[in-house]
Amino acid sequence: MTITPDETVTDPPRALRTPEPAGGQLHRLPRLNSVLRMSEVQAAELADQPLEDENDQTMLVNMGPSHPSTHGVLRLMLEMDGEIVRRSKPIIGYLHTGMEKTGESLTYLQGGTNVTRMDYASPLFNELVFSLATEQLLDVEIPPRATWIRMLMCEMNRIASHLLFMATNGMDLGAVSMMIYGWREREQVLRFFEKVSGLRMNHNYIRPGGVAADLPDGWRDDVLFLMDMLPPRLEEYDILMTGQPIWRERLQGVGVLSPEEALALSVTGPVLRSTGIARDIRKDEPYLAYDEVDFDVLVGSYGDSYDCYAIRLNEIRESIRIVRQIVENMPKGDYRVQDTKVTPPPRTRIDESMEALIHHFKIFTEGFKVPEGEVYVAVESPRGELGCYLVSDGSAVPYRMHIRAPSLVNLQCLPHKMADGLVADAVASISSVDPIMGEVDR
Amino acid sequence: MAETVTEEEVTDEAAIEAPPERYGFPLTSSRGQDVIHPPRDQWKAAAEALFEDNWTMLVDITAVDYLNYGAGRALPAPVKPERFEVVANFVRFDTGARIRMRTQVPESDPRIESLYATFPGSDYQERETFDMFGIEFVGHPDLSRILMPENWVGYPLRKDFAQGVIPVQFKSPNQPRDRSSREGRS
Repeated sequence: MTITPDETVTDPPRALRTPEPAGGQLHRLPRLNSVLRMSEVQAAELADQPLEDENDQTMLVNMGPSHPSTHGVLRLMLEMDGEIVRRSKPIIGYLHTGMEKTGESLTYLQGGTNVTRMDYASPLFNELVFSLATEQLLDVEIPPRATWIRMLMCEMNRIASHLLFMATNGMDLGAVSMMIYGWREREQVLRFFEKVSGLRMNHNYIRPGGVAADLPDGWRDDVLFLMDMLPPRLEEYDILMTGQPIWRERLQGVGVLSPEEALALSVTGPVLRSTGIARDIRKDEPYLAYDEVDFDVLVGSYGDSYDCYAIRLNEIRESIRIVRQIVENMPKGDYRVQDTKVTPPPRTRIDESMEALIHHFKIFTEGFKVPEGEVYVAVESPRGELGCYLVSDGSAVPYRMHIRAPSLVNLQCLPHKMADGLVADAVASISSVDPIMGEVDR
Repeated sequence: MAETVTEEEVTDEAAIEAPPERYGFPLTSSRGQDVIHPPRDQWKAAAEALFEDNWTMLVDITAVDYLNYGAGRALPAPVKPERFEVVANFVRFDTGARIRMRTQVPESDPRIESLYATFPGSDYQERETFDMFGIEFVGHPDLSRILMPENWVGYPLRKDFAQGVIPVQFKSPNQPRDRSSREGRS
């Protein structure tokens, strides 16, 4: 194999604000040189250099990892020209716990407890994508009720996740009462999750073969109560923020991303839709039963932080619409597949049958074997395309479990969004990308 | 066709022997998903061919270490299995189709061309793959560690990387850690 080092693509110097068209998609990135490529060692070396020209000075400023508006432990290296951000570099890894490596030593049944901790704001989606990938390797078909329960829980989770975004977005931009409202409403949804799965977060509720338990009695009333409670609250948010001149001034035209840039940078989810591209995996490649429910894909027109906000707010409304349809059409039947290879026996059978006890013991200690092969499955999480690449060698643990984290990939657009904006607007840009650091670092 | 069907049943992998090709590279199907297997030196050319054919987005790039993979590898005829395999997933928005590229990278020379010029979205995930597997993406503008500390020794997602043997990992940030002491403890 011949690879010559002179093929290396180098970013043009900062003085060149329009880089040479470099073939491929690089020419679609007009702000390519807003990406700071500098290690900490190099940055430290710069500090010792003598001043050459007083008028051509920029300052490297560190923001994070413990900063209230970085959503956890995102750290940014900003090159500041006065109060204007020129180049920036997101530095990540502070929450890295090697979850992909851990996934290689947990059985398929235990794997859900691992992946659910990645994107802790939308844990059910992680469980869903892992379960779908496992099921595709196993080649099992799950019963319709399990599919619809999964859909119900995921849409509720999307509402909870977007409410969390509403809260943190408001907090980042100074609308502190919005933070309290967002947390308050999200807590109501989490209370429903607790009733169903026993846990507020990290449920391990969606499992390969179906879901962990059937919906509790009276779930319909709980869901409808939430669905009746939320729309007036969303109206309140509209009054509080959407139409407010201060709010609009703070977000409109801030952190603009063009559709070409978004596509080149592999951005997905609400950030991609804010640029005007109607891409939603639920619509384009329907999984579960999304082809049987009616909903709209929301797109923005400017790709700015305001569009990101408005899309998420209205996606809550779309999710409410979907949930109402699910409540109406929830089929009866099993909540998990009756394939004894994958499913543990019912609790009552364990007390009376020795075989059932052995079966139960084996399935939870050894797990079930999954045929060899590899598969990639993607779902639309509240943050974008969440993918799972599973490689099985025929044993009870995955040989390789890779999660395509939308937060990690979307973070690439951050230097482009923040370039040539004020540092106060950088906060709005970070917030509109809505990264969950647990998923970025895994 | 009858032969291929029986083989599918035997291997359960849908490895079709006959000519299927796409963009000039051997094509297989894994659980109904299209996979092309370009040789390593044509990795970038294959991505460019996909770009020319209007594949919208590179969604995912990662690698697999097949060091102690027990099962058969089910690769098409001309492809020789190596230790590492780099995997890239593409999607097109007009039809919603997906395609996967898999290529073999030997342990002795873990290098492959970067797709950065064609698909700038590969930036972080190539860095992550470098960080986790030690596969060098030639042509990447800033191939540095992304999740692990800059002075980390070893590549965690390799199968021969010992798991959970270092209790505290951030003690002396300015010196590379002593490799022998870690191996002694494992």
